[in-house]
Amino acid sequence: MTYLKRSPWIIHYDASSCNGCDIEVLACLTPMYDIERFGIVNTGNPKHADVFVVTGSINEQNKAVIKNIYDQIPNPKVVVAVGICATSGGVFRECYNVCGGIDKIIPVDVYVPGCAARPESIIDGIVKSLGILEEKRLKMKNPDTGQSSTVGRK
Amino acid sequence: MSRKIVIPFGPQHPVLPEPIHLDLVLEDETVVDVIPSIGYIHRGLETLVAKREFTEYVYIAERTCGICSFIHGLTYCQGVEQIMDLEVPPRAHYLRTIWSEYSRLHSHLLWLGLFADAMGFENLFMNSWRLREFVLDILEETTGGRVIQGSCKIGGVRKDISNEKLASMAADLKGFEAELSDLSDVFLHDDSVKSRLVDVGKLTRTDAYDLGAMGPVARGSGVGIDLRKTGYAAYRDLRFEPVTETAGDSYARCAVRVRELFGSIDLIRQAIEKIPEGDIEVKVKGNPDGEYFSRSEQPRGELVHYLKANGSKHLVRSRIRTPTLTNIPPLVKMLQGCELADVPVIVLSIDPCIGCTER
Repeated sequence: MTYLKRSPWIIHYDASSCNGCDIEVLACLTPMYDIERFGIVNTGNPKHADVFVVTGSINEQNKAVIKNIYDQIPNPKVVVAVGICATSGGVFRECYNVCGGIDKIIPVDVYVPGCAARPESIIDGIVKSLGILEEKRLKMKNPDTGQSSTVGRK
Repeated sequence: MSRKIVIPFGPQHPVLPEPIHLDLVLEDETVVDVIPSIGYIHRGLETLVAKREFTEYVYIAERTCGICSFIHGLTYCQGVEQIMDLEVPPRAHYLRTIWSEYSRLHSHLLWLGLFADAMGFENLFMNSWRLREFVLDILEETTGGRVIQGSCKIGGVRKDISNEKLASMAADLKGFEAELSDLSDVFLHDDSVKSRLVDVGKLTRTDAYDLGAMGPVARGSGVGIDLRKTGYAAYRDLRFEPVTETAGDSYARCAVRVRELFGSIDLIRQAIEKIPEGDIEVKVKGNPDGEYFSRSEQPRGELVHYLKANGSKHLVRSRIRTPTLTNIPPLVKMLQGCELADVPVIVLSIDPCIGCTER
């Protein structure tokens, strides 16, 4: 991808992470890494978001919260699982209260490895997800007319 | 008198990087009661002692929390060393102290940034985090990891820092300190910051003591508890006084942390000056047998690791008590009677670390 056509917003949720990946996600937004140069803004409102960034693995109590946030994000949307806990449970996979990776409840588009994931790899993962977001947008069809529902330049 | 309504706050909320849920009971705009509920990121990592050998559990202990990871590893290691009667070489003690203080710097700067964000002061947030990268660079250069260091092990430390590197670290602190004092001027003297913090979320000295407040929350209300004074690692050789403020409001808690940043810089300087030559680890022989309460001062307050062993290579029990857990009852007290719009600032003022709290 050589340039970005849109400015995608992310929403971040900490599933059951140790904080390590969360603070690295936040570090991406700050002057050293400055993800805002791609037009990416961290929002707190799921209805404003395009990219769902999840850190940490799922447990019984946060399953419903993650599903709820995911359902509230309008289509097209992509999910980025940041860190090894969000991918598979990581070092905590054998804990009694850890059910595994995020992909057990919602579809994941990009996995970012690392414990804790480095800001460079998080940015790489999010930029990769933007390509997937664009593909999903082009595939969207208007349910009434069957025509492509995208507006503007393709 | 109007009717009471309940507003849910969290678990997903713009000012919270981590999930905690508060039910705020309101009368008009005033919070009359708060019902906290936790458990969104409970993992149950204490039970992993049965599946990991005691030497491997250091990595799990470090991952209790990504912000104070080094101090978790250190506290666990100190506990096992006490059970096994291991004499850790003095150089390792000093290196542990230096890394602990750098962790405190990075944690406090992170908190200052989030706090500024909760006030709606975006520029200050960005500047705090810009300065924090300086600390993370040093941690990465010396340990290999930015937020999870993995440099502490039972019997000592995994890596040495060369004396040349230590000297350059001490020299670099000068520029850092100058930038930090510019930043702290804004937190301590800016009128708009003060208008958001002074007299917001008051906690009296008696309440702080009775409700078991720890760390900067207690010190902001005039209770001078600082576990570093017990003299673990190399703190027994270093000169410092716990930072206390008496007002007990959000501004006092902020001022405590700002002043502690300078305290940490001073401790790092002293440690670099006094660090002895020598080994950095001792060999670990046999398995631990016994029990110990290992305590240390995390950036948020007192951290306790209770460890019990029975002579096998797996510990029988590990129990971690973290400062945010004890700071939740004082938080409920602070929130009672505040305005709804001040809730984010007050919640942030205890520096909640839910990753630690729920383990």
